[in-house]
Amino acid sequence: MSLSRIYAIYVRQIFLLRSNPTRLATVFLWLVIDILQWGFISKYIGSLGQATFSFITVILGAIILWEFMSRIQQGILMAFLEDIWTQNFINFFASPLQIREYLCGLVLTSITTGLAGFFAVVAIAGGVFGYNVLRIGALLLPFMFILLIFGIGMGVFVSAIIFRLGPSAEWLGWPIPMILSLFSGVYFPISTLPPFLHAFAKFIPASYVFESMRKILASGTFPPDLALNLFAGGLLALGYLLMASRFFLRIYRKNLENGNIARFNAEAL
Amino acid sequence: MPEPILSIVNVTKIYDSLKAVDRISFAINPGEIVGLLGPNGAGKTTTINMILGILEPTHGSIEILGKDVRACGSDIRKHINFAAVYAHMPANLTVRQDLYVFGLLYEVGNIREKIRFLLHEFDLERFADTKAGLLSSGELSRLNLAKAVMNEPRLLLLDEPTASLDPSISQLIREKIKRYMLSTRAGILWTSHNMNEIEAVCDRVMFLSHGRILLSGDPKSLPAQHGMGTLEELFIAVAREPLCLEHEVGI
Repeated sequence: MSLSRIYAIYVRQIFLLRSNPTRLATVFLWLVIDILQWGFISKYIGSLGQATFSFITVILGAIILWEFMSRIQQGILMAFLEDIWTQNFINFFASPLQIREYLCGLVLTSITTGLAGFFAVVAIAGGVFGYNVLRIGALLLPFMFILLIFGIGMGVFVSAIIFRLGPSAEWLGWPIPMILSLFSGVYFPISTLPPFLHAFAKFIPASYVFESMRKILASGTFPPDLALNLFAGGLLALGYLLMASRFFLRIYRKNLENGNIARFNAEAL
Repeated sequence: MPEPILSIVNVTKIYDSLKAVDRISFAINPGEIVGLLGPNGAGKTTTINMILGILEPTHGSIEILGKDVRACGSDIRKHINFAAVYAHMPANLTVRQDLYVFGLLYEVGNIREKIRFLLHEFDLERFADTKAGLLSSGELSRLNLAKAVMNEPRLLLLDEPTASLDPSISQLIREKIKRYMLSTRAGILWTSHNMNEIEAVCDRVMFLSHGRILLSGDPKSLPAQHGMGTLEELFIAVAREPLCLEHEVGI
């Protein structure tokens, strides 16, 4: 693996972000809108019926972490789509660039944009709603790590599908976080779902994060099964990332055989 | 005999039921410019893509500098480069940024100095901070060529490098490529539909038809050997009546 080539893929995306302010909007705008909207909704719900429970604490924290994961997934997807839209594959893959280096460059880009968005919303949540996402302390790190790995896995998986089916499949990438959020306990506990759907949640790494976080925030104590939850969530996330990466490599090799890299554009597929 | 830079043996590419390239074999020696000619769909670009490693042959072997392209892809690609009208440099980056990104991809040493040299050499200094998508065809071709020689490749693949350029710019580009070959002794594979250009630059030509090498030889003497006045007449014969020529050369 060459750091220079990984940096080439990364710096290309950074050049793009720097050159056009509208690209920065994709990193920050939706996040800011989301956090403001959910912050005010939570504030309003909290003011009804003399609630003693802080909705902002539960909902805003979940939204911030969920958006972090979604942005990681979409960061990879956006960087990948950028290369499709500008038809760069021939020049890139005819260079010494290896497919693993290419993927690393995409991941590095998405971590940069994902973290930039995360710190922006943390600041807004603190400044506007007095919410401090860091209140759970060092535990935030393993939670974020699981979400980061799962987000990368999803981004790589969706990119692989588009690599196989062509740019017309790009719409697949956008609703996935929304669908997964239903089974991840982001906005409500898994127990709210009908029992037959609980099984789905067990296969989603993010559900371990949000269930644990909710318990910590509600009770102020660490649940006894926390370590087990972190382990299960982490293991699942790493497993999915590994499978997604293998899937991407497989699609790449298939494309080398059938010539799709050489003729990869919107018209050809 | 020096070791060939490129050696292709019995390479075939089959897409589903279509045989795009059919058991072709040839070599390119250091300091040699070889023209790969043929009508549209003859298999020229497929051949170039297989040499570049972005398309896998169904059968046969491709060696560059004695190493198998499939086994040593990334290492081999450090020593080759290409320019083609259909392979776009990222249009939404500036000329300087494009060269910087590809300099990193090819791990070019002293990259900023190299970019300064290339901008000067290819008369792109005025456009250094212009986005590649805003360049004219001639400027884009010069950018593609600057990218193609930035790693000082031992093997340079040029797929219609002067297509859609006016004769004056075409000649300048041809001169730059020839100068590059003379100074580095690189091997060059060149495709073009401009037979005057091919005759001016190539030491040897190969005619492809339906994925097979039908004829090969010196571009100056080959037409006469097959009863034609010019290379262009020979090209037309290959395109329209390949079967007659196949019979003549005993394929």
